[in-house]
Amino acid sequence: MKWGVVTFPGSLDDGDVLYALREVMGQDAISLWHKDERLYGAQCVVLPGGFSYGDYLRCGALARFAPIMNSVARLAREGGLILGICNGFQVLCEARLLPGALMRNCSLSFVCERVTLRVENAATALTRLLSPGELIRLPIKHGEGRYVAPEQELRQLEQRGQVLLRYADADGEIRPRANPNGSVNAIAAVANERFNVFGLMPHPEHAIEPCLGGTDGLKLFGSLLRDA
Amino acid sequence: MLVEVFVTPKRGVLDPQGRAVEQSLKSLGFSQVRGVRVGKYILLELTAASATEARQTAEAMCERLLANTLIEDYRVRVEGE
Repeated sequence: MKWGVVTFPGSLDDGDVLYALREVMGQDAISLWHKDERLYGAQCVVLPGGFSYGDYLRCGALARFAPIMNSVARLAREGGLILGICNGFQVLCEARLLPGALMRNCSLSFVCERVTLRVENAATALTRLLSPGELIRLPIKHGEGRYVAPEQELRQLEQRGQVLLRYADADGEIRPRANPNGSVNAIAAVANERFNVFGLMPHPEHAIEPCLGGTDGLKLFGSLLRDA
Repeated sequence: MLVEVFVTPKRGVLDPQGRAVEQSLKSLGFSQVRGVRVGKYILLELTAASATEARQTAEAMCERLLANTLIEDYRVRVEGE
Protein backbone atom coordinates (compact mmCIF):
# COMPACT_ATOMS: atom_id res chain seq x y z
CA MET A 1 0.00 0.00 0.00
CA LYS A 2 1.24 3.47 -0.84
CA TRP A 3 0.88 6.12 1.86
CA GLY A 4 0.69 9.88 1.38
CA VAL A 5 1.42 12.38 4.15
CA VAL A 6 0.13 15.91 3.58
CA THR A 7 2.15 18.97 4.54
CA PHE A 8 0.19 22.19 5.04
CA PRO A 9 1.98 25.42 5.93
CA GLY A 10 2.27 25.03 9.70
CA SER A 11 2.16 21.22 9.80
CA LEU A 12 4.54 19.92 12.47
CA ASP A 13 4.27 16.16 12.60
CA ASP A 14 4.44 15.34 8.89
CA GLY A 15 8.10 14.37 9.25
CA ASP A 16 7.39 12.17 12.26
CA VAL A 17 4.60 10.35 10.41
CA LEU A 18 6.89 9.80 7.41
CA TYR A 19 9.61 8.52 9.74
CA ALA A 20 7.20 6.11 11.43
CA LEU A 21 5.93 4.78 8.11
CA ARG A 22 9.22 4.61 6.24
CA GLU A 23 11.92 3.94 8.81
CA VAL A 24 10.03 1.99 11.44
CA MET A 25 7.44 0.18 9.32
CA GLY A 26 9.31 -0.03 6.03
CA GLN A 27 6.41 1.41 4.06
CA ASP A 28 6.28 3.23 0.75
CA ALA A 29 5.25 6.71 1.88
CA ILE A 30 5.34 9.94 -0.10
CA SER A 31 5.12 13.52 1.00
CA LEU A 32 2.21 15.51 -0.45
CA TRP A 33 2.20 19.31 -0.59
CA HIS A 34 -0.99 21.23 0.23
CA LYS A 35 -0.96 22.77 -3.25
CA ASP A 36 -0.76 19.38 -4.98
CA GLU A 37 -3.93 18.56 -6.81
CA ARG A 38 -3.14 14.85 -7.02
CA LEU A 39 -2.34 12.11 -4.53
CA TYR A 40 0.21 10.41 -6.81
CA GLY A 41 -1.27 7.00 -6.20
CA ALA A 42 -1.49 7.17 -2.41
CA GLN A 43 -4.17 4.78 -1.14
CA CYS A 44 -3.97 5.89 2.47
CA VAL A 45 -3.56 9.60 3.22
CA VAL A 46 -2.49 10.95 6.60
CA LEU A 47 -3.24 14.54 7.63
CA PRO A 48 -0.71 15.23 10.38
CA GLY A 49 -0.68 17.36 13.50
CA GLY A 50 0.49 20.93 13.75
CA PHE A 51 -0.99 24.36 13.28
CA SER A 52 -2.02 24.49 9.62
CA TYR A 53 -2.34 28.08 8.41
CA GLY A 54 -1.49 29.24 11.91
CA ASP A 55 -4.81 27.87 13.21
CA TYR A 56 -6.27 31.19 12.04
CA LEU A 57 -10.05 31.62 12.30
CA ARG A 58 -10.59 28.07 13.61
CA CYS A 59 -8.24 25.08 13.72
CA GLY A 60 -8.42 23.34 10.36
CA ALA A 61 -10.86 25.85 8.84
CA LEU A 62 -8.44 27.20 6.23
CA ALA A 63 -6.60 23.95 5.50
CA ARG A 64 -9.92 22.48 4.49
CA PHE A 65 -9.82 24.62 1.33
CA ALA A 66 -6.27 23.68 0.30
CA PRO A 67 -6.13 22.27 -3.28
CA ILE A 68 -5.08 18.81 -2.01
CA MET A 69 -8.30 18.51 -0.02
CA ASN A 70 -10.36 18.02 -3.18
CA SER A 71 -8.35 14.88 -3.86
CA VAL A 72 -8.60 13.80 -0.24
CA ALA A 73 -12.39 14.15 -0.37
CA ARG A 74 -12.46 12.20 -3.62
CA LEU A 75 -10.37 9.40 -2.09
CA ALA A 76 -12.79 9.31 0.84
CA ARG A 77 -15.74 8.98 -1.56
CA GLU A 78 -13.95 6.18 -3.39
CA GLY A 79 -13.48 4.29 -0.12
CA GLY A 80 -9.75 4.99 0.32
CA LEU A 81 -8.32 5.33 3.82
CA ILE A 82 -7.83 8.73 5.44
CA LEU A 83 -6.33 9.32 8.87
CA GLY A 84 -6.34 12.72 10.57
CA ILE A 85 -4.15 13.13 13.62
CA CYS A 86 -4.71 16.09 15.96
CA ASN A 87 -4.77 19.10 13.59
CA GLY A 88 -5.53 16.61 10.81
CA PHE A 89 -8.59 15.50 12.81
CA GLN A 90 -9.66 19.14 13.06
CA VAL A 91 -9.23 19.56 9.30
CA LEU A 92 -11.37 16.48 8.57
CA CYS A 93 -14.13 17.75 10.88
CA GLU A 94 -14.05 21.19 9.25
CA ALA A 95 -14.21 19.50 5.84
CA ARG A 96 -17.25 17.55 7.12
CA LEU A 97 -15.51 14.31 6.21
CA LEU A 98 -15.91 13.45 9.89
CA PRO A 99 -18.82 14.32 12.18
CA GLY A 100 -18.52 16.83 15.01
CA ALA A 101 -16.02 19.55 15.81
CA LEU A 102 -13.05 20.19 18.09
CA MET A 103 -13.14 23.12 20.47
CA ARG A 104 -10.94 24.79 23.05
CA ASN A 105 -10.01 22.49 25.96
CA CYS A 106 -12.28 22.97 28.96
CA SER A 107 -9.28 23.88 31.10
CA LEU A 108 -8.27 26.57 28.56
CA SER A 109 -4.76 25.07 28.89
CA PHE A 110 -2.61 23.37 26.30
CA VAL A 111 -2.19 19.76 27.41
CA CYS A 112 0.94 17.75 26.70
CA GLU A 113 1.00 14.33 28.34
CA ARG A 114 0.70 10.61 27.82
CA VAL A 115 -2.88 9.37 28.17
CA THR A 116 -4.59 6.02 28.51
CA LEU A 117 -7.15 5.19 25.84
CA ARG A 118 -9.77 2.47 25.91
CA VAL A 119 -10.58 0.73 22.66
CA GLU A 120 -14.32 0.93 22.01
CA ASN A 121 -14.54 -0.58 18.56
CA ALA A 122 -11.84 -2.96 17.37
CA ALA A 123 -13.59 -3.99 14.16
CA THR A 124 -12.39 -1.06 12.04
CA ALA A 125 -9.52 -0.53 9.64
CA LEU A 126 -7.77 1.63 12.24
CA THR A 127 -8.21 -0.63 15.25
CA ARG A 128 -8.29 -4.23 14.04
CA LEU A 129 -4.98 -5.15 15.69
CA LEU A 130 -6.50 -4.17 19.04
CA SER A 131 -9.20 -5.80 21.18
CA PRO A 132 -12.37 -4.23 22.56
CA GLY A 133 -11.66 -2.80 26.00
CA GLU A 134 -7.89 -2.92 25.49
CA LEU A 135 -5.97 -0.02 27.00
CA ILE A 136 -3.28 1.73 25.01
CA ARG A 137 -1.00 4.66 25.86
CA LEU A 138 -0.38 7.52 23.46
CA PRO A 139 0.81 11.10 23.84
CA ILE A 140 -1.47 14.08 23.34
CA LYS A 141 -0.45 17.72 22.79
CA HIS A 142 -3.20 20.16 21.97
CA GLY A 143 -5.10 23.22 23.09
CA GLU A 144 -8.26 22.55 21.10
CA GLY A 145 -9.13 18.89 21.43
CA ARG A 146 -12.52 18.96 23.07
CA TYR A 147 -14.69 16.85 20.81
CA VAL A 148 -18.28 17.98 20.48
CA ALA A 149 -21.20 16.90 18.31
CA PRO A 150 -24.89 17.78 18.26
CA GLU A 151 -26.89 15.50 20.56
CA GLN A 152 -28.65 13.51 17.88
CA GLU A 153 -25.50 13.02 15.86
CA LEU A 154 -23.68 11.91 18.99
CA ARG A 155 -26.33 9.30 19.70
CA GLN A 156 -25.98 7.96 16.17
CA LEU A 157 -22.19 7.91 16.43
CA GLU A 158 -22.40 5.84 19.58
CA GLN A 159 -25.03 3.48 18.18
CA ARG A 160 -23.10 2.83 14.99
CA GLY A 161 -19.83 2.23 16.81
CA GLN A 162 -18.12 5.24 15.27
CA VAL A 163 -16.44 6.05 18.58
CA LEU A 164 -13.16 4.14 18.44
CA LEU A 165 -11.18 5.36 21.44
CA ARG A 166 -12.07 7.02 24.73
CA TYR A 167 -9.87 8.70 27.33
CA ALA A 168 -9.80 6.41 30.36
CA ASP A 169 -7.95 6.10 33.64
CA ALA A 170 -5.36 3.39 34.30
CA ASP A 171 -8.12 0.91 35.21
CA GLY A 172 -9.96 1.56 31.99
CA GLU A 173 -12.73 3.51 33.69
CA ILE A 174 -14.17 6.61 32.01
CA ARG A 175 -13.85 9.32 34.63
CA PRO A 176 -13.88 13.12 34.32
CA ARG A 177 -10.41 13.22 35.86
CA ALA A 178 -9.05 11.09 33.01
CA ASN A 179 -10.57 13.35 30.36
CA PRO A 180 -7.80 15.80 29.41
CA ASN A 181 -9.87 18.26 27.38
CA GLY A 182 -13.52 17.83 28.32
CA SER A 183 -14.50 15.88 25.19
CA VAL A 184 -18.12 14.77 25.20
CA ASN A 185 -18.37 11.10 26.25
CA ALA A 186 -14.54 11.21 26.60
CA ILE A 187 -14.23 10.70 22.85
CA ALA A 188 -10.64 10.62 21.55
CA ALA A 189 -11.13 9.02 18.13
CA VAL A 190 -14.01 8.69 15.67
CA ALA A 191 -14.71 7.22 12.25
CA ASN A 192 -17.11 8.32 9.54
CA GLU A 193 -20.24 6.33 8.86
CA ARG A 194 -18.49 4.31 6.19
CA PHE A 195 -15.49 3.56 8.43
CA ASN A 196 -12.81 4.65 5.95
CA VAL A 197 -12.09 8.11 7.38
CA PHE A 198 -10.62 8.32 10.89
CA GLY A 199 -9.66 11.11 13.23
CA LEU A 200 -7.95 11.09 16.60
CA MET A 201 -6.40 13.68 18.89
CA PRO A 202 -3.63 11.41 20.34
CA HIS A 203 -0.45 10.97 18.31
CA PRO A 204 0.33 7.40 17.21
CA GLU A 205 3.43 8.64 15.33
CA HIS A 206 5.00 9.65 18.64
CA ALA A 207 4.64 6.13 20.07
CA ILE A 208 6.44 3.93 17.59
CA GLU A 209 9.75 3.03 19.30
CA PRO A 210 10.49 1.99 22.88
CA CYS A 211 12.85 4.96 23.28
CA LEU A 212 9.86 7.26 22.75
CA GLY A 213 8.08 5.69 25.71
CA GLY A 214 5.92 3.17 23.91
CA THR A 215 5.00 1.48 20.66
CA ASP A 216 1.20 1.44 20.80
CA GLY A 217 1.06 3.78 17.83
CA LEU A 218 2.30 0.96 15.63
CA LYS A 219 -0.88 -0.98 16.34
CA LEU A 220 -2.95 1.76 14.73
CA PHE A 221 -0.71 2.22 11.68
CA GLY A 222 -0.37 -1.55 11.47
CA SER A 223 -4.15 -1.97 11.46
CA LEU A 224 -4.47 0.34 8.46
CA LEU A 225 -1.75 -1.63 6.73
CA ARG A 226 -3.50 -4.93 7.27
CA ASP A 227 -6.60 -3.51 5.72
CA ALA A 228 -4.89 -2.92 2.41
CA MET B 1 -19.44 48.62 1.84
CA LEU B 2 -18.59 47.75 5.43
CA VAL B 3 -20.10 44.59 6.82
CA GLU B 4 -19.68 43.42 10.39
CA VAL B 5 -19.85 39.75 11.26
CA PHE B 6 -20.26 38.48 14.82
CA VAL B 7 -19.52 34.82 15.47
CA THR B 8 -20.42 33.35 18.86
CA PRO B 9 -20.55 29.85 20.34
CA LYS B 10 -24.01 28.33 19.89
CA ARG B 11 -26.31 28.28 22.88
CA GLY B 12 -25.81 25.02 24.70
CA VAL B 13 -22.22 24.67 23.51
CA LEU B 14 -19.90 24.98 26.47
CA ASP B 15 -17.83 28.17 26.22
CA PRO B 16 -15.00 27.89 28.74
CA GLN B 17 -13.60 31.29 27.72
CA GLY B 18 -16.92 32.96 28.38
CA ARG B 19 -17.16 31.18 31.70
CA ALA B 20 -13.66 32.28 32.73
CA VAL B 21 -14.42 35.89 31.80
CA GLU B 22 -17.71 35.72 33.68
CA GLN B 23 -15.93 34.51 36.81
CA SER B 24 -13.35 37.28 36.53
CA LEU B 25 -15.99 39.96 36.08
CA LYS B 26 -17.81 38.67 39.14
CA SER B 27 -14.64 38.67 41.18
CA LEU B 28 -14.13 42.31 40.13
CA GLY B 29 -17.46 43.08 41.74
CA PHE B 30 -19.69 43.11 38.65
CA SER B 31 -22.36 41.04 40.33
CA GLN B 32 -24.86 42.00 37.60
CA VAL B 33 -23.25 39.57 35.13
CA ARG B 34 -25.66 36.79 34.16
CA GLY B 35 -23.72 35.27 31.29
CA VAL B 36 -20.76 35.85 28.99
CA ARG B 37 -20.07 34.37 25.57
CA VAL B 38 -16.76 35.11 23.89
CA GLY B 39 -16.74 35.12 20.10
CA LYS B 40 -15.17 36.77 17.09
CA TYR B 41 -15.74 40.07 15.34
CA ILE B 42 -14.92 40.18 11.63
CA LEU B 43 -15.01 43.43 9.67
CA LEU B 44 -15.47 42.94 5.92
CA GLU B 45 -15.06 45.50 3.20
CA LEU B 46 -17.16 44.39 0.23
CA THR B 47 -18.11 45.68 -3.15
CA ALA B 48 -21.85 45.33 -3.51
CA ALA B 49 -24.62 47.04 -5.46
CA SER B 50 -26.90 47.12 -2.45
CA ALA B 51 -27.02 46.39 1.25
CA THR B 52 -29.12 43.32 0.48
CA GLU B 53 -26.49 41.98 -1.85
CA ALA B 54 -23.75 42.66 0.71
CA ARG B 55 -25.74 40.77 3.33
CA GLN B 56 -26.24 37.79 1.03
CA THR B 57 -22.53 37.71 0.24
CA ALA B 58 -21.54 37.92 3.90
CA GLU B 59 -24.00 35.21 4.88
CA ALA B 60 -22.64 32.93 2.18
CA MET B 61 -19.15 33.58 3.57
CA CYS B 62 -20.33 32.68 7.06
CA GLU B 63 -21.89 29.43 5.90
CA ARG B 64 -18.79 28.39 3.96
CA LEU B 65 -15.93 29.62 6.10
CA LEU B 66 -16.37 32.34 8.71
CA ALA B 67 -18.48 30.25 11.10
CA ASN B 68 -18.70 26.56 11.82
CA THR B 69 -22.48 26.33 12.06
CA LEU B 70 -22.23 23.08 13.99
CA ILE B 71 -20.90 24.95 17.00
CA GLU B 72 -21.25 28.65 16.20
CA ASP B 73 -23.98 31.19 15.41
CA TYR B 74 -23.32 34.25 13.31
CA ARG B 75 -24.95 37.63 12.93
CA VAL B 76 -24.36 40.03 10.05
CA ARG B 77 -24.70 43.81 10.26
CA VAL B 78 -24.47 45.83 7.05
CA GLU B 79 -23.51 49.49 7.10
CA GLY B 80 -26.51 51.67 6.34
CA GLU B 81 -29.01 48.84 6.44
